[in-house]
Amino acid sequence: MSATTKLDIAKIRTDFPILNTQVYGRPVVYFDNGATTQKPVQVLKALEDYYSSYNSNVHRGVHFLSQKATDAQEAARRKVAQFINARHEHEIIFTRGTTESINLVAYSFGKRFLQPGDEIIISAMEHHSNIVPWQLACEDRGAVLKVVPMDSNGDLVLDEYEKLFTEKTRIVALTWVSNSLGTVNPVQKLIDRAHARQVPVLLDAAQAIQHTHVDVQTLDVDFLVFSGHKIYAPTGIGVLYGKENLLNEMPPYQGGGSMIKQVTFAKTTWADLPFKFEAGTPDVSGIIGLGAALDYVNETGLDAIIEAEHELMQYATEQLQTVPGLRIIGHPKERAATLSFLVDGIHPFDLGELLDKQSIAVRTGHHCCQPVMEFFGIPGTVRASFSFYNTKAEVDRLVEGIRKGIAMLQ
Amino acid sequence: MTINEIQDQIIEDFSYYDDWMEKYEHIIQLGKALPLIDEQYKTDDHLIRGCQSRVWLHAEIKDGKVQFTADSDAIITKGLVGLMISVLSGQPAKDIAAADIYFIDRIGLKSHLSPTRSNGLLAMLKQMKLYAVAFSATQAS
Repeated sequence: MSATTKLDIAKIRTDFPILNTQVYGRPVVYFDNGATTQKPVQVLKALEDYYSSYNSNVHRGVHFLSQKATDAQEAARRKVAQFINARHEHEIIFTRGTTESINLVAYSFGKRFLQPGDEIIISAMEHHSNIVPWQLACEDRGAVLKVVPMDSNGDLVLDEYEKLFTEKTRIVALTWVSNSLGTVNPVQKLIDRAHARQVPVLLDAAQAIQHTHVDVQTLDVDFLVFSGHKIYAPTGIGVLYGKENLLNEMPPYQGGGSMIKQVTFAKTTWADLPFKFEAGTPDVSGIIGLGAALDYVNETGLDAIIEAEHELMQYATEQLQTVPGLRIIGHPKERAATLSFLVDGIHPFDLGELLDKQSIAVRTGHHCCQPVMEFFGIPGTVRASFSFYNTKAEVDRLVEGIRKGIAMLQ
Repeated sequence: MTINEIQDQIIEDFSYYDDWMEKYEHIIQLGKALPLIDEQYKTDDHLIRGCQSRVWLHAEIKDGKVQFTADSDAIITKGLVGLMISVLSGQPAKDIAAADIYFIDRIGLKSHLSPTRSNGLLAMLKQMKLYAVAFSATQAS
């Protein structure tokens, strides 16, 4: 990784027009990248090209534009498959996002494989979107949810994870990177231990896909899900990667157009993968935008992006720690691009509000992780989440903004 | 003063602040000055659930007027709650029920009363009006 050329961040920033936006009269400092990332002109241009020169529905028309749109959509599927090193393109299912991908698996895998009394393992640091779909599946199938605890550093307790497995464990669903704490989980270990017991694993890569190399074959992960909008693509497009044999065994999630082989009123047969799970007109522009976003990442260089973010994180951690009374929540062994913090005696909402008025965008609250906040006994946190296009000067503005906020609130 | 006279006064007070930070400094001072709710009322029954900051509200009738006390765990919310209370507390129930709250908008804090804003202020205003409606019904009967 040392061979990577350093990114010219000033040049990179010209790719993201929104970074010049003024908020309350000053250029915005955007540190809410964990919620969604900004989009480079290359992605915006791909959307514009699609809508202005070949917008058409896919797979149904014999006409030229439909074929062009279809080709572009399938080229994007190929890019996704390559990006995560899937064995087959048809193992890539397009969804609306991470949430829909997890719901799809919870429903379809649940319907096929879950019996009353069966067990599902999740962790204490999951986003609500990797808790609630499984609770619904449990309710529906009479299954039971078991939760891997975490320690006060914000790391999962691996020994306890081991102990949760029984002969009734049917699936493990874990986040790769915690959205509220930034913890990077030791996913290879977690997968290997589940596989030693023949239990498949779903990884929520919503906060990992933009910050790390993903190779589903090396990981041997069974399902991997992420959202396009967290990796510089438009909102509304997401990915479910699933191993071919599992996806083939699972029933469809939704019925409709495109997902059938033959429809009669007596019996309908399903289309082959991936279309079996893609009922209705897909988000063609979103898919094409996702392809363009992955091209952008590849051209910029994921190693260089990782290095820039690492450097920024180190700087931000050091600088934040100079603020009296500020405490960073969680001290995991490895952390990716996210810092959650609190200042003694100050409600996160108040601090977030005053940062906003200083043109600094952070997130406050429970980050859709109420169990995590409950574990730490806090109402929420202020979360700054970084992307490679952020700068140290912006970190300085954050720190200055926090100091000013504290002075006003205390 | 009537509800609208108080609202107009607040609008005038805020017109002296030119920037956001001054406005917020004022709101924070109001929050610090808000008479705290009696501890016995700081219970779940009196809790108005906003997504991020919590607000407790208590109402009672004194001399035919509705008296509100409140608290919040976030100081800016508390300041806004204080403003709302200064407008509505001590007013006749029927006036509160019929009140048109326009000062929040006019002092540039409209977003705080938006249904998509998770600070509990809109829910608090609704609850204040509900109390007022309930009190006027009791008084009428």
